[in-house]
Amino acid sequence: MNSFKEKLIRQIFRAASYASLFFLFGIMFVLFKESLTALGEINIFNFLLGKDWYPTYEPPDYGILPLISGSLAVSFVAMFICVPLGLGTALYMHEIACDRQRKFLKPAIEILSAVPSIIFGFFGLVILAPFLQKNFNLPTGQCLLTASIMLGVMTIPIITSLSEDALSFVPRSFKEASYALGANRWQTLLRVTIPAAASGIITSIIMGMGRLMGETMIVLMVAGGAAVIPNSLFAPVRPMTSSIAAEMGEAAQGSLHFSALFEIGLLLFIITFVLNIIAEIISRRYRLKLGQGR
Amino acid sequence: MKNKIIQNAAFSLIGLSMVVTLLFLAGIIYFIASRGLPAISWEFITEIPRDAMTCGGIAPAIVGTIYLTLGAVLFAFPIGVACAVYLQEYSPKSHFVNIIRIGVNNLAGVPSVVFGLFGLAVFVKFFGFGVSILSGSLTLGILILPGIISASQEALMAVPISFREASLAMGATQWQTIYKITLPAALPGILTGIIISIGRAAGETAPILFTAATFYKREYPNSIMSEVMALPYHIYALMTEGLQPEKQTAIAYACALILIILVGIISSSAIIIRNKYRSGYVR
Repeated sequence: MNSFKEKLIRQIFRAASYASLFFLFGIMFVLFKESLTALGEINIFNFLLGKDWYPTYEPPDYGILPLISGSLAVSFVAMFICVPLGLGTALYMHEIACDRQRKFLKPAIEILSAVPSIIFGFFGLVILAPFLQKNFNLPTGQCLLTASIMLGVMTIPIITSLSEDALSFVPRSFKEASYALGANRWQTLLRVTIPAAASGIITSIIMGMGRLMGETMIVLMVAGGAAVIPNSLFAPVRPMTSSIAAEMGEAAQGSLHFSALFEIGLLLFIITFVLNIIAEIISRRYRLKLGQGR
Repeated sequence: MKNKIIQNAAFSLIGLSMVVTLLFLAGIIYFIASRGLPAISWEFITEIPRDAMTCGGIAPAIVGTIYLTLGAVLFAFPIGVACAVYLQEYSPKSHFVNIIRIGVNNLAGVPSVVFGLFGLAVFVKFFGFGVSILSGSLTLGILILPGIISASQEALMAVPISFREASLAMGATQWQTIYKITLPAALPGILTGIIISIGRAAGETAPILFTAATFYKREYPNSIMSEVMALPYHIYALMTEGLQPEKQTAIAYACALILIILVGIISSSAIIIRNKYRSGYVR
């Protein structure tokens, strides 16, 4: 009797452990199923490489190249903010900060990572966009640069916390050996610690990239929303996520537009999925290299 | 000498990047607090909105956010903890565990707007829940599931193996050991994970855009099938809809401040719980 109960409980827990896989494949399946109409009616090459996104015109155009390039552009520019600042903060916490500073810095970074993206979007819209507009004499402050800055700030804590983990996994003996050879702290950091933690740091950057590509509210509020391929830092853009969020409300359920938005979602899912797998592979090799079983 | 100069220059740059990061955090909080504070009053927090969102309070949005968050946690907590227990306590180190772990990591990386699409297709359309608290909660629940799994698994991992061995040696079954020994010992860590997830769910906007949220409602939600106002969505709607941008911006500042305070309280309590219990066992 008792062993039956034990087995039953074990099976219940086993079932629960499938939940994340179930939802992951569920999301993939649903996105695919809802995109079928669009996949059938719009040639995939015209969809991915078409330069015009006019879903409400007659006849409509469903080319998402401007949206893809918008996503890539804001993410790329944001990397110039989140990678140096995130990495610098991680290096500071790891190498320079004394215990008292660390006690303050770690929670501060955690609070920054807990700030909802809508707050960054709101801040960008009411403070940063008018500021840039005034100082750079722009027709509108809602542009690629504004979105990238806010996205970059949002992503700093992700890169910081993951990189700091990677740095702290580097065995102490590596550093000590370097000091013993007469290297100073910076030389040790640059030539020993960072290379040893490199794959962890790269993983953190890839995870950050995934977050940048998938973020919605910030780009929806401050990127400007024009579906054209950006030609400058101050051009308004319309990344994939903001197209989905902005147009889903007006697209009639079951229409081609509705389905095309799901196809964009599917593409987004595939991009982040691939990024995650790459991060997974890199971090696994890193674990093997340092011989840690975690 | 030259090496010393390079080191100082490099460390200054590193220090500078840290300062800039903190300045961003401080700047965001300062601007929103200084402009949001004047609009906040007791009435603002406890009354329903009036005159097409230009005066009155935002109580329904706060209540809506609480409902959505509670629903999400109620859904994700049992599944997440059970999954973590299976992976950590029952399952031997195997290929299977690895695949599940990759699945969890991948689910954590799915963009929030994609969860929204999933919720729209499955809960709103397929199950026919419509735009409702139920649809929104389930969508948010899936979103926070991977976080709860990882946090719970880490908490279980931190419980010394000797605890389990002692219990098993006393003749307890595996389930008794988990229920009476391992889970209580891991509780603070699990709780921290849950609280962080609450903060995440409370602030997410994109997943509830098409599954739960509505801009203007003059009453409180009366069932789990009704659509709700939610604090983060309300900020977005105030800035993009409506006819009186100036009055609405003032309210949006106040909403943003309340959301920051809410999320700040939630995540600092997580940090406090963790710091209090971390010293419990040595890994």
